[in-house]
Amino acid sequence: MITHNWMVDKMYKILVKRALNPTVVLMEIEAPMVAKKAEPGQFIILRTDENGERIPLTVADYDREKGSVTIIFQTVGATTDKLARMNEGDYIHDFVGPLGKKTHTDGLKRVAVVGGGVGCAIAYPVAKKLHSLGCEVHAICGFRNKELVILEDEFKKASSKFVLMSDDGSAGEKGLVTDALKKLIESGEKYDEVITIGPLIMMKFVCALTKEYGIKTVASMNPIMVDGTGMCGGCRLTVGGKTVFACVDGPEFDGHLIDFDEAMSRSNIYADFEKHKRERDCNLLKKEVE
Amino acid sequence: MANMQLNKTPMPSQEPNVRNTNFNEVALGYTEQEAINEAKRCLNCKNRPCVGGCPVKIYIPDFIAKVAEGKFEEAYDIISKSSSLPAICGRVCPQENQCEGKCVRGIKGESVAIGRLERFVADYHNERCKKWPNETKNNGHRVAVIGSGPAGLTCASDLVRRGYRVTIFEALHTPGGVLVYGIPEFRLPKAIVEKEIKGLEALGVEIKTNVVVGKTVSIEELQSEYGYEAIFIGSGAGLPKFMNIPGENLKGVFSANEFLTRINLMKAYTPESDTPILAYKKVAVVGGGNVAMDAARCAKRLGGEVYVVYRRGMEELPARHEEVEHAIEEGVIFKTLTNPVEIIARTTEDKRDPKNNSVCGMKCVEMELGEPDESGRRKPQVKENSEFVLDVDCVIMALGTSPNPLIKSTTAGLETQKWGGIVVNEDGLTSLDGIYAGGDAVTGSATVILAMGAGKTAAEAIDKYIQAKNQ
Repeated sequence: MITHNWMVDKMYKILVKRALNPTVVLMEIEAPMVAKKAEPGQFIILRTDENGERIPLTVADYDREKGSVTIIFQTVGATTDKLARMNEGDYIHDFVGPLGKKTHTDGLKRVAVVGGGVGCAIAYPVAKKLHSLGCEVHAICGFRNKELVILEDEFKKASSKFVLMSDDGSAGEKGLVTDALKKLIESGEKYDEVITIGPLIMMKFVCALTKEYGIKTVASMNPIMVDGTGMCGGCRLTVGGKTVFACVDGPEFDGHLIDFDEAMSRSNIYADFEKHKRERDCNLLKKEVE
Repeated sequence: MANMQLNKTPMPSQEPNVRNTNFNEVALGYTEQEAINEAKRCLNCKNRPCVGGCPVKIYIPDFIAKVAEGKFEEAYDIISKSSSLPAICGRVCPQENQCEGKCVRGIKGESVAIGRLERFVADYHNERCKKWPNETKNNGHRVAVIGSGPAGLTCASDLVRRGYRVTIFEALHTPGGVLVYGIPEFRLPKAIVEKEIKGLEALGVEIKTNVVVGKTVSIEELQSEYGYEAIFIGSGAGLPKFMNIPGENLKGVFSANEFLTRINLMKAYTPESDTPILAYKKVAVVGGGNVAMDAARCAKRLGGEVYVVYRRGMEELPARHEEVEHAIEEGVIFKTLTNPVEIIARTTEDKRDPKNNSVCGMKCVEMELGEPDESGRRKPQVKENSEFVLDVDCVIMALGTSPNPLIKSTTAGLETQKWGGIVVNEDGLTSLDGIYAGGDAVTGSATVILAMGAGKTAAEAIDKYIQAKNQ
């Protein structure tokens, strides 16, 4: 058998690894070509190893000089589990991007950025970019509890108003991000646009709220993908009654036009498969440990 | 004296009921004796119609004559003069419309099995050759090739042989394009593709995977920053088409691209692979081309009952006859003169159940053929009151693809057709100086060998262009 040297000599080093909370990990990956082009709102696709699955992760930050791209992910399935077990100095097998379109930031003066859970990791570079462009940024971040809060300091630096929400009230105010957003709007805050990134169900309700007030809203979608370049069509969504591909047409879309129910349904197609796979991997790991 | 046997020497293959449960290659290839016997059927006729039928103009009678003499390595050298990927072409070319379609022996009886002989010669060489070819002499000029499918590989091969240093940029993690993500293992083993590509690397071609031109790097940067003197775009046809009928976004509906990529590129059928694919019980593949046959035969191997749903009749199937025959042998059921109108959802009480909103049937209508349309094919019309529901839990849409818009949308001044195909002249030159294109990116979905022909033409033109510029 011939060795695949076109794969081996091109791996991507993990420069920094940091746990942000018990299930969310930050990694800075050496990928100079991607770092050179990456913009907020875009994503990358990675494979941990030769048998790995291709998974999309949104760019959380980038350092063009250092040639690195930061990703932040939650361990939710077989691949993110594997990734979370890798360490600084290890190499990721494949890392390609930046894919998708960047967040539209031109001409925005007042924006509310609404993030939920690990989605805050993706919302952060958007807030940072807008803030650096002189836009007034109000950031609302929601988490289940205090344990899971991430990027609090970073958001404070990238916004003129920061509201922290938690489901149980253990951090910030008790309640949902939609409660906080509604309060701000009701108090007379005017926004050119709301940008929302987080669980589908959260984005659905954020969009429903802003629709009432007629505020343009952009939602960042992260459906199941294979290639990420427009080839497989697995990431298709219905937006305004039309089928679009999140990878090339998005990942951001007009939140008032997205069919969230369909997106939610499509997102769990492999839920059972993932569960079995994870159980099997865990059993293998247990064996190794024994 | 030629062997006057009327039919082709049969090629051994796996039994249909064995092979439809594994992904190993179906056709097993000739033995030396069988190859010699078949080669002797060639009349070595003077006007060589077969060569005219070959898009890359292989000296067919010459290599066949060497096979007949048992000089297989010499036969390989003759093929190599024209083709860079003989082990692949011998397997996937539609020879019946090309070389073999022109063969004089085909007038009375069957044509010479040129494809099988080409495959035999390439396999013979690959099995015995332990040494990689030496790097070619560097002429100091650099060319970028975008896409490592058949067009890009051929273009790179022809250029590196002329001394150019070629870099191929591939968007996916493995080179080969449609040869690895599209065509299944049982029709074209991936080890063969890998070996052909390694051969090119030995000659001096550099392959950079995980680079999406148009995103990671632009065409303009490849010229100005990276200093490539010419660029060949062989990015293929990627964007899958759907029918725009209700239910197409249900769980269990796939484009053939997605289904095949999961299986071929990601090896989802092996236990080692992390890429999921679900075992469906009854699968409908919509479409009648080669890709539809590939998808149907893959679905069969995953254990399902598989239907090919096509709106015209068996006679009109655009797939190669051989592929259709293989699919039938393997137990794929053809529902021709049938057209889907809606995909039906199963709904469960628990909305979070993965089975909720998954496919539980496909509503179809029966068709009949009317008068011939512009394309000369008889136009299918809906039979009245013929609606019925096909009981399936998976639908694969194999309706063709259109060119990927990534390069077009990021390259100012690159002219394209309305449907997205890149506009080129007869040399493969685009509307931009020094930028050439070929293959499906230009023509829309076509064949491996046509893409190779386009890669060859462009390599010739790129050579002339760079030589002229440097005089």
